[in-house]
Amino acid sequence: MRRWVLFSLLLFTLAVPFRGTVAAAQEKGVLRVITWAGYAPQELLDRFTEETGYRVEVTFSNNEEMISKLRATRGGGFDLAQPSQDRISAVVSQFGLYQPIDFSRIDEDQIDASLLEAVKKNTRVDGQSYAVPHVYGTEGIVVNRAKAPDVKDFKDLLDPRYAGRVSYRLKRPTLIGMGFSLGKDPFALYNDKGAYQAFLDDMEKTLIAAKPLVKTYWDNGDQLLQLLRSGEVWAASAWEQAGWKLHAENPDIDYIAPASGALGWVDTFAIPSRSQNLEGAYAYINFMLRPENAAFFTNRETYGTASKGAIAFLDEEIKDNFNRGLPPEVLAQVNWYPPVPAGIEEMEGRTLDKIKAAR
Amino acid sequence: MASGRLRGGFLFFFLPVALWLALLIVLPHLELLRLSFTDSLAGRFTVANYLAFFTEPIYWLTFVRTALYSLLVTFLVMTVALPVAFYVTKVVDVRLSGFLMVLLLVPFWVSELVRVYGWMILLRESGIVNQVLTGLGLLKEPVEFLYRDATMVMGLVYTSMLFMVVPLIGVMDDLDDALIEAAYDLGASKGAIWRTIVIPHCATGLVSGGIIVFMLVLGSYLTPNLMGGKNSLWFTEQIYNQIILYFNWNQGAAFGFLLLLLSSLIIWAVLKVTGQRLKEVVK
Amino acid sequence: MAIALSVQNLTKRFGSFTAVKGVSFDVDEGRFFSILGPSGCGKTTLLRMIAGFYRPDGGTILFNGRDMADIPPNRRPVNLVFQNLALFPMMNVYENVAFGLRRRGEKGAALDRKVREMLARVGLPQSGDKRIDQLSGGQRQRIAIARCLVLEPTVLLLDEPLGALDAKLREHMKIELKTLQAAVGTTFVYITHDQSEALVMSDAVAVMKDGRFEQVGTPQELYHHPNSAFVAQFVGTSNRLPVTFCWDGSGRPRARWGDIDLVLPEGFAAEEGSPWDLFVRPEAMIIDPDEGTDNVLSVTVRALLFDGGNSRLLVTVRDRPEELTVALPQTGQYDHVRRGDRIRVGWASAASRAFPGGEDRG
Ligand SMILES: Nc1ncnc2c1ncn2[C@@H]1O[C@H](COP(=O)(O)OP(=O)(O)O)[C@@H](O)[C@H]1O
Ligand SMILES: [Mg+2]
Repeated sequence: MRRWVLFSLLLFTLAVPFRGTVAAAQEKGVLRVITWAGYAPQELLDRFTEETGYRVEVTFSNNEEMISKLRATRGGGFDLAQPSQDRISAVVSQFGLYQPIDFSRIDEDQIDASLLEAVKKNTRVDGQSYAVPHVYGTEGIVVNRAKAPDVKDFKDLLDPRYAGRVSYRLKRPTLIGMGFSLGKDPFALYNDKGAYQAFLDDMEKTLIAAKPLVKTYWDNGDQLLQLLRSGEVWAASAWEQAGWKLHAENPDIDYIAPASGALGWVDTFAIPSRSQNLEGAYAYINFMLRPENAAFFTNRETYGTASKGAIAFLDEEIKDNFNRGLPPEVLAQVNWYPPVPAGIEEMEGRTLDKIKAAR
Repeated sequence: MASGRLRGGFLFFFLPVALWLALLIVLPHLELLRLSFTDSLAGRFTVANYLAFFTEPIYWLTFVRTALYSLLVTFLVMTVALPVAFYVTKVVDVRLSGFLMVLLLVPFWVSELVRVYGWMILLRESGIVNQVLTGLGLLKEPVEFLYRDATMVMGLVYTSMLFMVVPLIGVMDDLDDALIEAAYDLGASKGAIWRTIVIPHCATGLVSGGIIVFMLVLGSYLTPNLMGGKNSLWFTEQIYNQIILYFNWNQGAAFGFLLLLLSSLIIWAVLKVTGQRLKEVVK
Repeated sequence: MAIALSVQNLTKRFGSFTAVKGVSFDVDEGRFFSILGPSGCGKTTLLRMIAGFYRPDGGTILFNGRDMADIPPNRRPVNLVFQNLALFPMMNVYENVAFGLRRRGEKGAALDRKVREMLARVGLPQSGDKRIDQLSGGQRQRIAIARCLVLEPTVLLLDEPLGALDAKLREHMKIELKTLQAAVGTTFVYITHDQSEALVMSDAVAVMKDGRFEQVGTPQELYHHPNSAFVAQFVGTSNRLPVTFCWDGSGRPRARWGDIDLVLPEGFAAEEGSPWDLFVRPEAMIIDPDEGTDNVLSVTVRALLFDGGNSRLLVTVRDRPEELTVALPQTGQYDHVRRGDRIRVGWASAASRAFPGGEDRG
């Protein structure tokens, strides 16, 4: 009997590592935000509470969990979420997880116009947009120039000269980044499943063939930093933050945007369909995008912000990082993730599984 | 009247347990079971989620691989834990054995993640083991010990050791020293004593520990992922991916039930082959 | 006759405590040799050294003349029946008996024949398939011995094997063991704290005390001619009278017990006034003795202990504090004796033994 309970518990913990939080009784004046670690610095939260009187309850999460949690509660449990822009339209049309943004309540003047337009476009469902841009970032290559001066693009990570000295994630950005680097346009194939599958089969072959060259598929940020810092790995696909952090320790290491364009994500503000504090949610969005607040965040986390006035408030070193790695002409080339049509990720997942399982 | 009161008392204690079981175990499972038989898009009844496991080789191959490695790890854990338990209970004196038990337990006060990171710091190419070996001149070039199946197996053995050692210490404590001496006296070699006396005596502990270890290893996620590296696709990862990455709860639930079913089947088969009974083991 | 087991000067220390102190003895082939001593005197330690479980701190052990130093227990031609028997619960009776043979690599029909013969020999031919916990105490006893005997050891060691049995079964097993030993002819070394077991079964008995042998001899020798107060006390029962030695007027040895004068055996000599203990067995004390018996006392019957053939009287002499035990033969002759009666008892001086007293008054 005890054994069976054990089995059940095991399955239970396997299958449901994130039981939906029991919805806390909604007290007036509380704003429940589900966001990424670092997106809600305590100082800003305190300032926000002082200004508006709303107390903020923060849950740290990521895209996948955010969606799973909101799915489990059918759009309830949180008043404001911060999903990436490409993760919105699908869950809106499929599960109705978010509600349309009332842009009359947003201070659009303080937001970078191009990013705002891109996000509006990418989150549009039935003529209405569902998100406001907040933070952006890119995935490119962190390279140790002293050891691998010729690495310029994702495809250089497949170069046998660097056997055992390269690393990348076995996740969808790798498939897409390699695709662009090898002269394809994966985003353009999103709506043609057959063509996309052919592209994936192609990538599967390429990446399985390259398997002996990769040291390991890195899985989390600490692991990546440690691999590059120790010199075990010379070039890896990574975010600019990892590159800049390592650059501060070792000037040979830096972030570069691949020749075929970095992959860009935008994290947004989106309001869950069963949000119980709309007032607070809009106040929070406008507050966080105010230039000095946005700069406070960027100075600390080094992520780019959609607040257009923020540059004036940035620290010198941070400003320098952006000038080196993501100057305007590089930013113009970024391949921003469009929304992912349903089913695409499962196809990608199967490809990734096959690559991982291959010998 | 007395029996009435008895029943009242029984209900009083049983009800919270039953509620707990129903709310936290049975209900979610029923929901998962329903999901596993539901189409992810159309919401109709379907067995496609289960069929996918058998028709897509990557799924069942991953399961077979996971199960075989779990059996291997279970077997290795047994071979390591038996001498350890024997040493702790039979060789060292009582005070020291308490201390050794604490030593065995200490690594389990930290989370699995920290333990795995500990191993990674030791074994990585620029890690401590390599530094020592190259420093001593035993290795010319640092070797990457991580990201290999052997390392992963070692990590899993380490992570699940305790769950074998503890039940084994329990049964080994009951083993009368005189039995070992009697066997020795009757002409048995050390190997024969292990084979004929110690291991048969420990059978129940081995089976209960084995079941726990097998299930734990089968259900582990971090260790295969972090230490196993490039080829270490584990079945739990499939479930995680289905639910977390692809939002396909239906497929994930089906995989979960298949894992439960198939692992129970494996345990049943092993018990059958070795002639053990679950009832005795649980007792 | 060949010497099966020879032990010389064997010593074993546990830290600063010496459990066995220079013990030497020889056991002839086919003999039933017992080591008798109180609990804690070192019997088990001695046996474990012989079996090979303890390494002696000094001395040698020889089996059929072969030195056993450095030979581990599994290669000694000796087997041990453990105090708690240590039958293997994970095997049935048959496998228990076959265990040692299998370890020697025997198998097939030869092994089967040996095991069945041995089971028949101990009277359990049908019990092969039984589990150990299905056997009674006496049956387990027999299997424990059968398990060793089937290996035909040079010497079989037995560590108080009857200790766990109830009295009636113990009486029965004593005789059975003796018969079995006589039938198989194996040399037995048997240790016990029960003098009756030792006396009934043994060809020779060693009395052990505090890690030393006090006396080795046949049961009769030990009983009738103990050479120490301890042996006199421990083997059988004895009345002990604390006395003072003196010479009487005619130069014969005497003992003064309070104000009573006792005659000592002929030829006994000691220093005038020295303290001694005089031992007299209950059955040497005769009720209503003949005139001319050396020592005759007038006593009061305090209690009548009826125990069939082993019945006794407890008597006291005038103001002496010691209670004496007197055998009460159930021949009908003394049926008239009642509690409170005053009777005469006496013993021949030759039936008493005196040992230096003043110490060891336990
Ligand atoms: N392993 C041991 N360590 C320390 N002392 C021991 C050990 N074994 C026995 N002794 C001591 O040696 C003495 C003799 O023990 P033992 O041989 O078991 O006596 P017996 O069998 O005559 O009752 C006892 O005082 C006992 O406490
Ligand atoms: Mg003893």
